[in-house]
Amino acid sequence: MIVDIGIVAVKAFLVLFMVLNLAGILGWIERKGSALIQDRIGANRASVFGFAGMGLINTLIADPLKFLTKEDFVPPEGDKFLHTLAPCMTLFTALVTFAVIPFGDVLVLGERVINLQVANLNIGILYVFAIGSLGVYGIVIGAWASNNKFSLMGAVRGSAQMISYEVAMGLSVIGILMVFGTLELQEIARGQGTLIRDMLPESAGFLRSTVGRLPAWGIFLQPLAFLLFFTAAVAETKRIPFDLPEAESELVAGYHVEYSGGKFLMFFAGEFAEIVTAAGLMTTLFFGGWQVPYLMRDGFHFPWGEAVVLPHLAVTALQVGAFTLKVIFFCWLQILLRWSVPRFRYDQVMRLGWKMLLPLALLNVIVTAIVIIALQ
Amino acid sequence: MDASVILFYVISVLLVLSSLMVVFLRNVVHCALALVVALFLIAILFVMLHAPMVGVLQVLVYAGAIMVLFLFVIMFLNPTASEPRRKLWWGFGSAAALLLAASLAALLSNGEAPADPVTATETFGSPETLAKSLFTDFVLPFEITSVLLLVAIIGAVVLAKREP
Repeated sequence: MIVDIGIVAVKAFLVLFMVLNLAGILGWIERKGSALIQDRIGANRASVFGFAGMGLINTLIADPLKFLTKEDFVPPEGDKFLHTLAPCMTLFTALVTFAVIPFGDVLVLGERVINLQVANLNIGILYVFAIGSLGVYGIVIGAWASNNKFSLMGAVRGSAQMISYEVAMGLSVIGILMVFGTLELQEIARGQGTLIRDMLPESAGFLRSTVGRLPAWGIFLQPLAFLLFFTAAVAETKRIPFDLPEAESELVAGYHVEYSGGKFLMFFAGEFAEIVTAAGLMTTLFFGGWQVPYLMRDGFHFPWGEAVVLPHLAVTALQVGAFTLKVIFFCWLQILLRWSVPRFRYDQVMRLGWKMLLPLALLNVIVTAIVIIALQ
Repeated sequence: MDASVILFYVISVLLVLSSLMVVFLRNVVHCALALVVALFLIAILFVMLHAPMVGVLQVLVYAGAIMVLFLFVIMFLNPTASEPRRKLWWGFGSAAALLLAASLAALLSNGEAPADPVTATETFGSPETLAKSLFTDFVLPFEITSVLLLVAIIGAVVLAKREP
């Protein structure tokens, strides 16, 4: 009993530690990356005892310290309690989503089998959407409690945008759920460990020997769904090209214009934690989660017949490592996107969400259903 | 006492408190947020009753979508002055509440426990069980409801697209 609780606590701590630190590192990468793209040098002024070489580590420490020592200002006409609650809600919803994302298969230690996932819920992906839908409150409450018109404009834009894209996001995942027949993220990740040829009938000999050798990752089975999901996920994180809620050239800073100090840091960290969570979801749903191609529980089994036997711990280490690398890749992709494309107009955001993503997601569901029935 | 019974009472007390806050707080935004808390707590009760699917849908639909629209409207109208107390409505409300309390008390006092209570299994409210009963036993009501919702959506679009 106590050992079980301890294991869950350790897993929760590890995941929170990884997500928060990755969020912090992303804050640095965002500045360094933008500098790289814009041909500047970027953040290099944080030095500890005149030692500026360790840019990442210094900035990781200097950034929060700077925020925490600044004045925490609450607008006198605002609502003090809700003004404090809002950033907490944003950070909370961003962090707890990762609880259902599996970061590895099972780890066998002696008699004990540890599922490398903080919480294994049979409603899996629905939990992600439920928590995601609560994320709207952070910006709505924060903006209202600030008693500022720019804030309120940002919140109205933000909530309309998040609700719209949640619909498209939910529909785009339906295809994946149909293919793997489960809502549990761990089962979806396991399902992606097979090869495509196992899903094809015997008669499709040519397809089985060519495409069939690819692992059955979501991206190969549902390429359109990935594009839709990626777009909707970026819109959910409220970053360029979808950063209308804070559009600094129109709304100063939108919903967090009246925030400073530690509370602003929470909004800031929440945004990066959302990026990490979105990357985790993309990895789990479409890029095999913790799967390494052709790596089974006892080692590599290549489709051309060779096999390499590996011990259990090495396999687990490879899987967790692969998951981490994939997540970091998608985080980087989202940051790269922010510095590469301009911001949409608001009507364009709404048109894209309702008139492009939604019908395409519906089409994807119908086509997937037809293909599944045809293959049966 | 069982841990789940203690949890039930804790959540029920919080639920009643937040429901009272919905009625008695003077600021409309605070009332709406108290309602969100109440809906979230009801979702936890559903999860405790082995109905995680209903619980999650409760959060997703009510707390996550409908209440956001409520807040939306409240913030747009921004009612700065608190609502004046209306004596007549207070009378009606109190009478209705008393009536409800009396009928509930009557039900609870002379009601007998069912002879063979059915214990809900772990899979009682799982997505699979729910989907199976929805698409086999209750497929007609399910489809009729979906048509009803479709009509409502079309109605909303027609109203919104009114020519200037």
